Amino acid sequence: MTMRRVAIVGAGMTKFVRRAQETGRELAWEAASKALESCEMTIDQIEAVVLGTAPDAFDGVHMKSEWLADGAGGWGKPCLRGYVGGGTGVFSAAQGWYHVASGLFDTCLVVCEEKMSPAQPHPQGAFLTIFDNIIERPLGPNLLWIFALEMNAYMQRYGLRKEDIAQVAVKNKRNAADHPASLLGDRNITLQDILDSEVMAWPVQRLDVSPVTDGSVALVLAADNVARRVTPQPVWIEGVGWNLDTAYWTDRDLSYPTYVEEAARMAYRMAGITEPRQQLHIAEPYDPFDYKELHHLEGLMLFPKGKAPDATALGITQRNGDLPVCPSGGLLGVGNPIAAAGLMKVAELFWQLRGEAGARQVPGNPRRGVAQAWGDLMQVGTVVVLGK
Amino acid sequence: MDQWVYPTTGLHEKDFETGRVLVETWKSKAEYAWDAGIAMGRFLEELRRGRLVGRRCNSCHRVLFPPRMFCEQCFRPTGDWVPLAETGTVITYSLVHVRWDMVRLDQPLVPAVVAIDGASAGMGILHLLGEANPESVKIGLRVQAVWKKPEEREGAITDIRYFKPIS
Repeated sequence: MTMRRVAIVGAGMTKFVRRAQETGRELAWEAASKALESCEMTIDQIEAVVLGTAPDAFDGVHMKSEWLADGAGGWGKPCLRGYVGGGTGVFSAAQGWYHVASGLFDTCLVVCEEKMSPAQPHPQGAFLTIFDNIIERPLGPNLLWIFALEMNAYMQRYGLRKEDIAQVAVKNKRNAADHPASLLGDRNITLQDILDSEVMAWPVQRLDVSPVTDGSVALVLAADNVARRVTPQPVWIEGVGWNLDTAYWTDRDLSYPTYVEEAARMAYRMAGITEPRQQLHIAEPYDPFDYKELHHLEGLMLFPKGKAPDATALGITQRNGDLPVCPSGGLLGVGNPIAAAGLMKVAELFWQLRGEAGARQVPGNPRRGVAQAWGDLMQVGTVVVLGK
Repeated sequence: MDQWVYPTTGLHEKDFETGRVLVETWKSKAEYAWDAGIAMGRFLEELRRGRLVGRRCNSCHRVLFPPRMFCEQCFRPTGDWVPLAETGTVITYSLVHVRWDMVRLDQPLVPAVVAIDGASAGMGILHLLGEANPESVKIGLRVQAVWKKPEEREGAITDIRYFKPIS
């Protein structure tokens, strides 16, 4: 492949909140403006816009990306929405990458926005239509069912206890206490708090779950020659990957996300990574539920199958551990505005690799990291590898 | 990076109660009538007769369940209808205490993925378990379909009321 090198040169975001007074457009504008300001660029220097946002049903606005696009700087530009459910945030960075890597554009603004709060009485209503319309919806399923079913399959396969999994929620919510945009950061939360929280759909308890959130994140991408003029510290997109499994989720082995592994293999191949555990120094796997971080660490081939809980118990995934995982605080701590949450992970790697993460900075001068998101009907994996 | 975070205005219940912020509301008016299709149409027809059926792929030899007219892996048409048993194994389950809108349920629902006997290993459907003490439900539990009375069946997944443990 003759692709151009592409760097991230700027990042900005809004604080994540349960319900924002700002509209989705206004949130997108604030994040996009911050990202441009962070690299001293203006919208005139942006040649294309990628907009990531999850189901229209949250906002109750059809084709909401076109409706949001003005806020994302899309007016009068090639502007395109990419959408792969919960995988959208990380996919948007990949989509921005190929806009620039292909040579079609020198710069691209990637904006992800989610405003979940308009959906009443609960945004879960927006997810009821995810299930098969003929043979599943008549049974009255909701989104918690599939997470609980998947979590239980994972626990059963490896003989895991709730304690083994809940430690992820503790780590991430504590990490998030150092994130200026976080909704649920809590420095003092304990394992017992998670284990004592209300059982919603066994084995899923309230504090195993990330919160409903409004927010927006934006990145500025630039081709090699432009990036070096914009900043002395470009962070390179070294690999991208994505992969989709079948929507017949009841036919799959729910204890392992094969599609995440396939997406990771695609990204690692591009980045020249042959030993992920040695060559990656930070991981930001998708953690809408605590078990998902473990599931995804295994899918990313950073730990053997069933071994991510042990690594977590040993402290390897702590911010000062050998492989810091979700130093941002993740979706469990910073919050989960679906598409924006995925892009927040890419932004975190950008700040970490530049040494700009402040109180969250992982020690040891990390040089390469991986961000990953996941979604649709538990079937899509999206992966981006960044390096400096 | 703190200076690149916009301080979003978080709202609270009292902001709405006191009228400090304004909202507009709307109720969706969308209704749908779905054609079940070729494969699912036959599947539902067989449910009305009290039977489960799968569909064999003559290329990979899997017996696909739920049945479909093409194999997504081989990307070829499937070959034959295969009668399946009404028994199976619980692959995974949950004890659900809340509705989608977070309203609490008096009794937990027990959704499960049930791998059906006669289909390829691990191929199952989502359904509910019944006549089962929630405490005693386990992965690996053997279960069988409990059907509605023939005259009450309508060609729907709910023609199976639930799956119950095989005693």
